[in-house]
Amino acid sequence: MLSRTADNLYWLARYMERADFLARTIDATRRLAAVPTSKSGPGTEWESALEASGAAEGFRETRAVAEEASVVEYLMFSTDNPSSICNCIEKARTNGRAVRTALTVEMWDAINGAWIELKRFVMGNARGYDREQSARFLEFVKKASLDYDGAAHRSMLRNDAYWFSRLGLYIERADNTARILDVKYNILLPETEAVGGSVDYFQWAAILRAVSALTAYHWVYRESLKPWLIADLLILRPEMPRSLIACYENIVRFLDSIGKAYGHKGAAQRHAHHVLARLMASTTKEIFQSGLHEFITAFVEDNTRLGTMICEQYLFA
Amino acid sequence: MLQCFDEMTLTDGATRAVYGKVARWLTETPSELLASRRAQAELLFRRIGITFAIYGDKDASERLIPFDIVPRVIGRSEWMRLDAGLVQRVKALNLFLADIYGPQEILKSGVMPTDIVLANPYYQPEMAGRRIPHDIYVHIAGIDIIRIDEGDFYVLEDNLRTPSGVSYMLENREVMMRVAPDLFAEYRVAPVENYPEALLATLRSVVPQAAGGEPVIVLLTPGQYNSAYYEHSFLADKLGVELVEGRDLLVRDDVVYMRTTEGPKRVNVIYRRIDDAFLDPLAFLPDSLLGVAGLFNAYISGNVTLANAVGTGIADDKAIYSYVPEIIQFYLGEKPILKNVPTWRCREPDALAHVLEHLPELVVKEVNGSGGYGMLIGPHAAREEIELFRDKLRSKPENFIAQPTLALSTCPTSFDTGIAPRHVDLRPFVLSGSDGIRVVPGGLTRVALKEGSLVVNSCQGGGTKDTWVVEDACLQNLPCGALAKAARAPQALDQ
Repeated sequence: MLSRTADNLYWLARYMERADFLARTIDATRRLAAVPTSKSGPGTEWESALEASGAAEGFRETRAVAEEASVVEYLMFSTDNPSSICNCIEKARTNGRAVRTALTVEMWDAINGAWIELKRFVMGNARGYDREQSARFLEFVKKASLDYDGAAHRSMLRNDAYWFSRLGLYIERADNTARILDVKYNILLPETEAVGGSVDYFQWAAILRAVSALTAYHWVYRESLKPWLIADLLILRPEMPRSLIACYENIVRFLDSIGKAYGHKGAAQRHAHHVLARLMASTTKEIFQSGLHEFITAFVEDNTRLGTMICEQYLFA
Repeated sequence: MLQCFDEMTLTDGATRAVYGKVARWLTETPSELLASRRAQAELLFRRIGITFAIYGDKDASERLIPFDIVPRVIGRSEWMRLDAGLVQRVKALNLFLADIYGPQEILKSGVMPTDIVLANPYYQPEMAGRRIPHDIYVHIAGIDIIRIDEGDFYVLEDNLRTPSGVSYMLENREVMMRVAPDLFAEYRVAPVENYPEALLATLRSVVPQAAGGEPVIVLLTPGQYNSAYYEHSFLADKLGVELVEGRDLLVRDDVVYMRTTEGPKRVNVIYRRIDDAFLDPLAFLPDSLLGVAGLFNAYISGNVTLANAVGTGIADDKAIYSYVPEIIQFYLGEKPILKNVPTWRCREPDALAHVLEHLPELVVKEVNGSGGYGMLIGPHAAREEIELFRDKLRSKPENFIAQPTLALSTCPTSFDTGIAPRHVDLRPFVLSGSDGIRVVPGGLTRVALKEGSLVVNSCQGGGTKDTWVVEDACLQNLPCGALAKAARAPQALDQ
């Protein structure tokens, strides 16, 4: 397939996944900020939402105070935030439009439908911040991402177009899960267990909500929220679709499919196998001993490096 | 007001036979239902994303071409005549191109002045003396046809460079079948859905002789900001070929490759939707970012086929247009089946004098203009506009031709306010391959939505209709096919 097509499919999937993650993060933060006894003071939850979205720096350059209305606006609609939900959907569609032939009708319908709907929300937003309206917007974004993903899953031929598209999705997803862990790693440290209390519970629940794993947690562990189990779920549990290890199982699988179809494997495959092998060999205990923050930082770097390697190997030949 | 031919209702109030069912459908369908069908059609177009960008219109970078839900109906026997005329015309134009870039016999014979060809900005001197694969220049032609009475079809314009609109022909049919299934079922409408297959067969038939193996065909687009991008992607998809931009192609040792995830892959045929001037910065416009450096050399080395060929613009030039009847006579020894609109070539002093004298009655066109721009419609023009054209004509007469203002036929068109006649034209698409000429029965009907307007171009407020070529004797009702009603197994409620 055309390198440019692979590139567009890869980024289309990344942007749709990113929009979904942003929507979940905003949703979770809003719940958290509503908890009365927040020990960290007003506004910090919104600071951390910005950090998790990788938008903190850009926000500080253009906005003064991180409070609900300004952060939500920045993450949802701002045109100066390159990764606002609005820009994600816009870019996803631009990528999709560039490769209309590689998309199935269902995929295009999902993405173009979302884009048309988005325009209406943007017009609504011009009337000012409205909590109810923005809650509806978040639901819409989650559904749009789900529709796109479902359309891709159900209607695409299982060939390189599908594999590149899925690679984009899982690399983005791994990045998002790692980011939320990194921003919240301090509250996942075992010592905080002693502090206990409801505030931490809400913090932990918020992390799980951001990756839509709160219900999954209860099904997997059948006990109350424990920080090390949350880390276990999001990093090492293969049955959790947003865990780092689940993402890498998929990444390795799809990279291998591409390698097999093309009759050649390269640096990207080797690197992905290496990352997966390390995740498989890890235990929660070791991760906490050697430092959760260090572990996550190293993972984010590895994941970014894989993205670069895929580009070098396939996309800009 | 011009007296014009309505394709449904004759001046005596009688309905033409082929429109019988349309007329009944329009009277019997309540206006709210027609309105909801219009809304449904618009929604369908918006969902599939058929949009059209208008140059110079920043706010509406993607816009829908209005679609009218009343089909334009043409009888089979009328169509057969049109079809024969189209085949004849395109065949002659291909021979003409091969001749003027080859032995130039038509110029030697004195049928037309030499300078009208050789000094024409669309004549590509680089192509002179070159042989191109299978001697076919115009693989895809869109011939604009109008009718002014029951009897004759006139050719308004030949589009021989990168004619567009075929995606509307195909999508209009899909939408029409969904919004008016009953009316559709009552006629036997000739299908158009095989157009992509015919196009693919045509493109495969013109692979360079040297190429071995399975031919690789691509569609070259200027990119997603081009006004016809939707069509490019639509066609590439239907053809099952890669939609490439200039940056996806590279030329090495006069061979064209596309950049793929598996490395460079050789390309044999390029269905290009980019104008000659932008094809190759080394051969034509040096600052073109849309093209591919070295493409022209690969082309003249015979390693790749371009469809359409480089240099076809000369044959759809409005100055050459007036000679097409002579061209048909010269190459085929036949009388033209389709008429040409009488044309005054303003480069000729007698014609110019006549045109200047009758400006308020005439349509004046720039020979190199397109899209309905740079055009004077005498009867509709203000005095100042006419005087402006008078000056233009005097200073550069060779840039203009003039034609009588034709009373384009009208077709019933559905509006919120009811059904009203509007002027239409028709663009059928003619495909020429080494294995013959193919015309899919139908085409793009464009309709001037503004009352009284004769400009059907989509960039100037024109809309489109589905075009139905129907069996002449389809007046009896067809039986409805009964659906098989097989029961589906239900889930057992208890174990």
